[in-house]
Amino acid sequence: MEPLLVYPDPAPPELARALDLGSYTWKAVSDEHGAAAAEPEDGWSGAVVVVDTDPDGAFSLCRALRKRDVPVSPLLLLVTGTHLPDLELRDNLFDDFCLTPFHPTELEARLRHLFWRTGTGSRPELVEYGPLVLNLETYQAAIDAHPVDLTYMEYELLKFLAQHPGRVFTRETLLSRVWGYEYYGGARTVDVHIRRLRAKLGEEHAGLISTVRSVGYRFGQSRWG
Amino acid sequence: MAPVEPQTDYVLRTVEERGVRLIRLWFTDVLGQLKSFAISPAELENAFDEGMQFDGSAIDGFSRVQESDVLARPDPNTFELLPWTDSEETSARMFCDIESLDGTPFAGDSRQVLKRNLDRAHERGFTFFVAPEMEFFYFAHGDASKPLEPLDRGSYFDLTTADVASDLRKRTIHALEAMGIPVEYSFHEDSPSQHEIDLRYTDALSMADNVMTFRLMVREIALERGVHATFMPKPMTGVQGSGMHTHLSLFAGDENAFHDPTDPYHLSKTAQCFIAGVLRHAPEITAVTNQLVNSYKRLIVGTEAPAHVSWARNNRSALVRVPITKSGKESAVRIEYRSPDPACNPYLAFALILAAGLKGLDEGYELPPEATINLFELDAHDRAAAGLVELPQSLSEALDAMERSELVRETLGEHIFPWFLRNKRAEWADYKAQVTPFELDRYLGSW
Repeated sequence: MEPLLVYPDPAPPELARALDLGSYTWKAVSDEHGAAAAEPEDGWSGAVVVVDTDPDGAFSLCRALRKRDVPVSPLLLLVTGTHLPDLELRDNLFDDFCLTPFHPTELEARLRHLFWRTGTGSRPELVEYGPLVLNLETYQAAIDAHPVDLTYMEYELLKFLAQHPGRVFTRETLLSRVWGYEYYGGARTVDVHIRRLRAKLGEEHAGLISTVRSVGYRFGQSRWG
Repeated sequence: MAPVEPQTDYVLRTVEERGVRLIRLWFTDVLGQLKSFAISPAELENAFDEGMQFDGSAIDGFSRVQESDVLARPDPNTFELLPWTDSEETSARMFCDIESLDGTPFAGDSRQVLKRNLDRAHERGFTFFVAPEMEFFYFAHGDASKPLEPLDRGSYFDLTTADVASDLRKRTIHALEAMGIPVEYSFHEDSPSQHEIDLRYTDALSMADNVMTFRLMVREIALERGVHATFMPKPMTGVQGSGMHTHLSLFAGDENAFHDPTDPYHLSKTAQCFIAGVLRHAPEITAVTNQLVNSYKRLIVGTEAPAHVSWARNNRSALVRVPITKSGKESAVRIEYRSPDPACNPYLAFALILAAGLKGLDEGYELPPEATINLFELDAHDRAAAGLVELPQSLSEALDAMERSELVRETLGEHIFPWFLRNKRAEWADYKAQVTPFELDRYLGSW
């Protein structure tokens, strides 16, 4: 899947971090020329533009992205409250906006929703971590290029964990995000599935999922240490 | 058309991606034998949508002949690739629920009996967790006309070097883990060529599926090496038989409903009533947890198997044992029901143990005092004086107790309950008509 365009370059650290944790691929550019030069073969899958550092530059980039034969979409603006009035009469330049300072969860939710609405997916089809590769299109998992045979729930759990490396999740969070609240088994179900996943990953890789005492589970290490 | 469930989509995609050629649909007859038929990937979608119709009259305990067709509907959550098939023909399995042609649960399907009883536990806010210890023997052959040949003369926890049995056990464990059946412990058991593999706890329905898979895998992997594995409860006179000690707990959400830190035994009121229920109804459910004529050769005084209705913390002659758990390990508080053997139908056995325990909860049964001495050291007179109830001594006695039991009738339902009694009465009658080597040996010369 093609990367997202991010403005400005360098991207604000909190934005870079949120996009990385959400497993988005992205490239930062400093203006429309940079955007054209760095543009992937199949076009940008979308754009996240920070308004505040240089509002004029930001809106001129948006205009450039929108007036092309195939406008870049979805386009999400990040804007502080003081710059909100600038959005007036510029509705054609963006699909949605998010107030800064933003909450990473909100940013992710908005992006996800935008991609759903525009029918484009910037989500990479592959989730990769070390020797582990998950193909989200085909539901297949492989470790060291050998397929790992999982049940549906094991796959969903591993996918969720691998999409958020380094984050510690409580059993309750995993239960609600992976199984949905209506599931009856309680958090012990999570332990059962973690044990099954470790068994299937094999001794060598069972350590990819670590138990964080009296909290929950963590997959791998965060890219942010 | 109804939207495709994500689980179903997952199975369909995986079959396509992994080049699965055959999908085995598994179900269990009333006696606990695994039944299987295979379909091709092309039929899979239809199997999910409409179920696969087949004639149930040939299956033990299924349909009467005049209403013989039933539907097998695969449960996509149980989809697993089979690890032991060669790579040329990848195959997978799913467990099925059996339905009548009108789509209602089929009364002869023991998996549905367990589901129905788990629903009753859910209504009370409980999830039922189970962890069985599976014991079995390896023999050099399965030919009943020749003397048994154990593979080794090892004993409890023996580390026998590089022998066939240890290798088999290791291969079995790898295959189990690859199928998502985690193993807690495995070791050489007490008797020659007897082995034990303890499965890590999971919810009772998955565990019953796991037990079915386990028995097949142990036997298949042994067969690859020309070895016969058996779950027959007591294959050899004079040594321990094979049990299926079953660890049980109820969870209410994330709380272990059996745990109470203020109780001297760390047992909650719920646990006490549950144990009391299991104890009181144990004789009635024994025909199902120990369903073979041979099962009762294991349940005798002086072995590791229980012969009386009692409970204790650290006394292996007890029917229910409450393992001592380290403090702080409240999730590990559980009870161990020690009479079942691995030749039972796990769906029906788990359903009945649960029903007996829930009955104790509903009726608020009082837990009798702990048995603190080894019951096997008491003589029969002392045991009677202490009011100790014996477990049924034979399949026939067990069937008598079962027949009188409202609890068992209700739990198994009006289809399985009478069928099981009829079938097992016939088994007992066949056995009774046999003149055994014991009798010839004992009587032929002297009378």
